[in-house]
Amino acid sequence: MTDFQFHMQNRIDELKASLENLSAIRLAMALPDPVIVFSGQFEAVFQNKPAVEAFGSVQVGRDIRITFRSPEMVNLLDSVVSDGTKISTNLIERVPLERFFWVTATPIDERVGLFVLLFRDQTEAHRIDRMRSDFIANASHELRTPLASISGFIETLRGPARNDPRSQHQFLDIMQEQTGRMSRLVADLLALSRVEMKKDISPDAQVELGAILDIVVESLSKLAGNLNVDITKLYRDAKYFVAGDRDELVQVFQNLIENALNYGSSGKRVEVGITGSGGRHKTAIEVWVQDYGPGIAKEHLPRITERFYRANTEKEHKGTGLGLSIVKHILARHHAAMVVDSESGKGARFTVTFPSKPV
Amino acid sequence: MQVEHTVSDYDEDLRFLTQKISAMGGQAERMVERAIDALIRSDHKLAETVVADDIVLDNGQRDIDEKAVLVIVKRQPMAQDLREIIGAIRISADLERIGDLGKNIAKRVSVVTEYRQPVSFYRGLQALTDLALTQLKFVLDAYSTRSISQIEVVRDRDDQTDAKYTSLFRELLTYMMEDPRNITPCTHLLFCAKNLERIGDHATNIAETVYYISTGEQMPIERPKDDTSHEVTITKG
Repeated sequence: MTDFQFHMQNRIDELKASLENLSAIRLAMALPDPVIVFSGQFEAVFQNKPAVEAFGSVQVGRDIRITFRSPEMVNLLDSVVSDGTKISTNLIERVPLERFFWVTATPIDERVGLFVLLFRDQTEAHRIDRMRSDFIANASHELRTPLASISGFIETLRGPARNDPRSQHQFLDIMQEQTGRMSRLVADLLALSRVEMKKDISPDAQVELGAILDIVVESLSKLAGNLNVDITKLYRDAKYFVAGDRDELVQVFQNLIENALNYGSSGKRVEVGITGSGGRHKTAIEVWVQDYGPGIAKEHLPRITERFYRANTEKEHKGTGLGLSIVKHILARHHAAMVVDSESGKGARFTVTFPSKPV
Repeated sequence: MQVEHTVSDYDEDLRFLTQKISAMGGQAERMVERAIDALIRSDHKLAETVVADDIVLDNGQRDIDEKAVLVIVKRQPMAQDLREIIGAIRISADLERIGDLGKNIAKRVSVVTEYRQPVSFYRGLQALTDLALTQLKFVLDAYSTRSISQIEVVRDRDDQTDAKYTSLFRELLTYMMEDPRNITPCTHLLFCAKNLERIGDHATNIAETVYYISTGEQMPIERPKDDTSHEVTITKG
């Protein structure tokens, strides 16, 4: 044996010896996943820190079938102890927070008569699944509005505007704008489900709010005409620049003005205004949409931005109840706030406040 | 905390009761959860499983009753031990009722989902389910740790459940007025909602029993309200 070989052999023996001396507790402590060790009488013996964080601290000697009382877990524990073979199951908690774990119970060693429970947290994977189905709900909702507008224009083009080249030209422009928006929206929605993770990052492009409102008001002019509502623009040509994402902000004001038209149509007019200045004297910019319809009853106000929440269940409106929650989501990304002022019978005013930019 | 006895069989008996109650609790939670899942996803198979599973709770209650009587006869327990046993009898009765209510929801699945119903019918029910299940989980956790420090919270939760139930009652009435074809599914959903509200009441009962086991005193009486749905009316126009 050469010196080197001798040296290597020594080192290997040393390493093996250190493994023999490794305490199981230390090993379990180093694991990032929850680990619980229990006896053949189901008494809790040890839990590592992640296990305490996930399930609370379990007193040594306490029956762990009391901590994990779901039928699946009780079965799993019973069968690992009686059969002595490794077995796995899903642990699903619905309330108060949805949690999913993949749990494996394994006998450690016959001589010591101990068993180990290993938990793998799969909540995140389930959350992504959930997001995917939410995405489908959003996509179908948001595509319906521009589709309806295009189909309305097609109807007009084939009917009343058949021999009116000037309107035809105007309508085709709007239709193009709408189809363009639809395809961008699809791309955006796909992106949204990816960037949802990094929703803290705010958009940094400079957009001009007046132009955005012009586009929105224009695209909703047909709807306004049908409902016999006047949209009044109460803003000057001053340039109202904010940091934002153009398509998202179009969506915000489209949703708000469309709501004002649909729900406040009895008031016969809707006002859209911008206050504040984005010019040299930078202050917070406020965009508001005011209708003079029946308003929103006080008890509904705290809830209207909830998904699918609809204040008025009696009237048939075409919205799916996602509009305002999308608005809320986008505004949060822009660090903008929305305030709703309304009283029953006196119309409603939605005010969106963009923070003044740091100079 | 349970006290150690010189006769360890005795401890074994008490442990048996606690573990059995715990398992019944887990079963009851799962039944309610699955019954509502079956309803929302029109899953008839799952509904049948829930109905079949009810026997587990019935047997559980019977086992606990027998064991409890046996322990009382053999050991003539006093004080905390006696309260443990009486408590077990009471809680198992509540859990068995919760199982029945869950089963009743599951039985309605086939009628309600005979035709496709709008999602809006179920949304309120889902929120009510979450409230009732949170309450149930909370009291069962309190039972397993014998910690009564926050047990009064359950009563506040029960107020929330009642308020939610009343608003759901109103909502379902509206659907029925909108379209007479909604009457059949919505009536069944009203019963489902009532069952969930009852589950909340049973959870409150369990909370009171846990309090009694730990302190030997009855929880102070102040249950002012119940649900106010009996006064809900809706007029058209």
